Amino acid sequence: MSPADGAASAVRAEAAASGPGTAVRRPSPLWTLSLFRSELTVTLRRWRTLALLGILAVLPVLIGIAVKIETGGGDGGGGGDGGEGPAFINQITNNGLFLVFTALAATLPFFLPMTVGVVAGDAVAGEASAGTLRYLLVAPAGRTRLLLAKFAALLVFCLLATLVVALSAVLVGAALFPLGDITLLSGVTVPLSEGLLRALAIAVAVAVSLVGLAALGLFVSTLTGSGIAAMSATVGLLITVQIVGAIPQLDVVHPYLFPYHWMSFADLLRAPVPWGDILANAGLQGVYAAVFGSAAWARFTTRDITS
Amino acid sequence: MEHRPSTSRNKAMRYAVPVAVAAVAAAGVGLVPALADSGDPDLPDITAQELITKIAESDVEQLSGTVELSSDLGIPGLDAASDGGGLFGGHSGGPEEKGEDGGGDPAQGGTDSPADPAGRLTGLLAGDHTLRVALDGPERQRVSVVEDAAEYSLIRNEGELWAYDSASDTAFHAELPEHPEGGEEHGRGGPGSLTPQEAAERALAAVDDSTSVTVDGTTSVAGRDAYVLAIAPKDAPDSTVDAVRIAVDAENGTPLRVTLDARGEGDPVVEAGYTKVDFGKPSAELFDFTPPKGTDVTEADELAEKHGRGMNGLPEGLDGLPGLPGADGADGLGESAEVIGEGWDAVVKIEGPEGLAGGELNSREAQPLLDAFSERVSGEFGEGRVFSTTLVNALITEDGSVYVGAVTKDGLLKAAGTD
Repeated sequence: MSPADGAASAVRAEAAASGPGTAVRRPSPLWTLSLFRSELTVTLRRWRTLALLGILAVLPVLIGIAVKIETGGGDGGGGGDGGEGPAFINQITNNGLFLVFTALAATLPFFLPMTVGVVAGDAVAGEASAGTLRYLLVAPAGRTRLLLAKFAALLVFCLLATLVVALSAVLVGAALFPLGDITLLSGVTVPLSEGLLRALAIAVAVAVSLVGLAALGLFVSTLTGSGIAAMSATVGLLITVQIVGAIPQLDVVHPYLFPYHWMSFADLLRAPVPWGDILANAGLQGVYAAVFGSAAWARFTTRDITS
Repeated sequence: MEHRPSTSRNKAMRYAVPVAVAAVAAAGVGLVPALADSGDPDLPDITAQELITKIAESDVEQLSGTVELSSDLGIPGLDAASDGGGLFGGHSGGPEEKGEDGGGDPAQGGTDSPADPAGRLTGLLAGDHTLRVALDGPERQRVSVVEDAAEYSLIRNEGELWAYDSASDTAFHAELPEHPEGGEEHGRGGPGSLTPQEAAERALAAVDDSTSVTVDGTTSVAGRDAYVLAIAPKDAPDSTVDAVRIAVDAENGTPLRVTLDARGEGDPVVEAGYTKVDFGKPSAELFDFTPPKGTDVTEADELAEKHGRGMNGLPEGLDGLPGLPGADGADGLGESAEVIGEGWDAVVKIEGPEGLAGGELNSREAQPLLDAFSERVSGEFGEGRVFSTTLVNALITEDGSVYVGAVTKDGLLKAAGTD
């Protein structure tokens, strides 16, 4: 166990060339767990990942400042132009918590999934093009477990990316706008604590929305030996699917596309919460994860690794 | 072992896994609805009279549920307004309808507040909508129109009527008269008027000698067993209405679904039914509304002064919402209306403003537009134009008279000719 662990660690040090010190690695009896931990640290230490998370954190600031400037002169008298711009943007001036929902609604169609696509596409193909994949496979962890560890790290990244947006939005919302009891979409007023709880639930729902794309990206990543190719293919797929989803003549296929239920997170702001769409979203993401996860497994465990 | 490059057979087997998973998922999508549809329930026989009595005696006062509302009236202006205009504006609107939008937006025109029910409820006349309904006695009702990431709620709590539009964060407030219309239970025009119950009551009110009422088998609505009551025109060859069907809960007599079929149309023209229903007491917080800090609140009184509308600020046309013809037809039309014929073949004649036909109808600029959605006709009434929709046809004659009825074009021309 521990010599193998050391081997993986050495490989990691090579992969994460940017960091001065390698990860502090306590010996763990659970192979998969330590593999998962090393995957996660490697992912989170990449400059690319940090830059993406940084941009995600800045977006709520931009939205918050824009809304503040726009309504600053008019004394915050809630705009009358319903339906313009991202969802919930009209409510921000009255309650800063709505910045969380606006920021997630604004980033979910494109930016959040793009970051996931970049990280997922890089997961296997990136190692292959850096030449580190075969060293990883030297360790007797097995390809299945390595893939599982990579997928788990990817899921954590989905949640982390969403939480970065949400947290940044809460802070900006609290700094620029009043916080208080929150009026749900249905007109029911709930205390701020429940509002925060619902915001957390929404962040989780948004993270779940990204699972399907993460699995798809992981599969694409096992197909090629070039990290750039895998990333651009995944992001390209995302854009294609979003375009197909926007064409009304193709509405027959829409329910089977992974972004179909993405906006269902807004249902968590209704009273009582209609769970139908949220569960349908989770189910759809689960199917994508199962299909493309197993496809990635079939590909990864049977292919010749030469680099 | 598992990580060793494998034989081609092993490889094929591994690739079979994702294929199998996808196949199972696809089968699930196809099979689950098929299994859930277990056919129409077996219920003891009942006569139409007994079923009507059951509806009348129904004492359900507490209910919450989801109503799917769909209508395909074939009115171009309304379709465009609801899809591209204010109601579902922005992200969700289908781009293909945008072109018809130019003539202004009836759903929003003339009102100052996006939360004003008068404008918003007109939009429900066309397209598909999901409503969430909660009723707790005659005094506390709410209906929400579910939109993408937004909701429009109409909340009635005792003497107060609130409307809240979350997309624009605006609210509308009206004080309701203490006991409107004496003993009537559901205040007409309140949120309850959008439920299948109200629609069924209106349909039943139209029943007379010219109508046949039968029990048309059983069905299942929102997981509940129901009888189907079919109301159809009798001896009315010109009526566009094939039948109005009401699914009535077998247990407590609540109308669960109302459909209106037009002659020669496959799908129902109007359908309003529960997809989910619960006869428990809805949570009390649903009927409490306090406008959030900073929200624009429009008072009905102010609006009434501005536009000269009724005190409760609700649109007059709301009563006729599902477009049911018959007894209610001429109610809101005022004194200038005259009914020609009777029963389902009835046509309403309205004296329009003088010179309407001679002026605007024949002006050169209006010509292409008029030709696009009306048809030139002539007869004993002189020259005119017919505007056709799936259910209702209207004729505007040269002298400015308007004939409207839920009758076929030929029936309409005949009625206008005998006038």
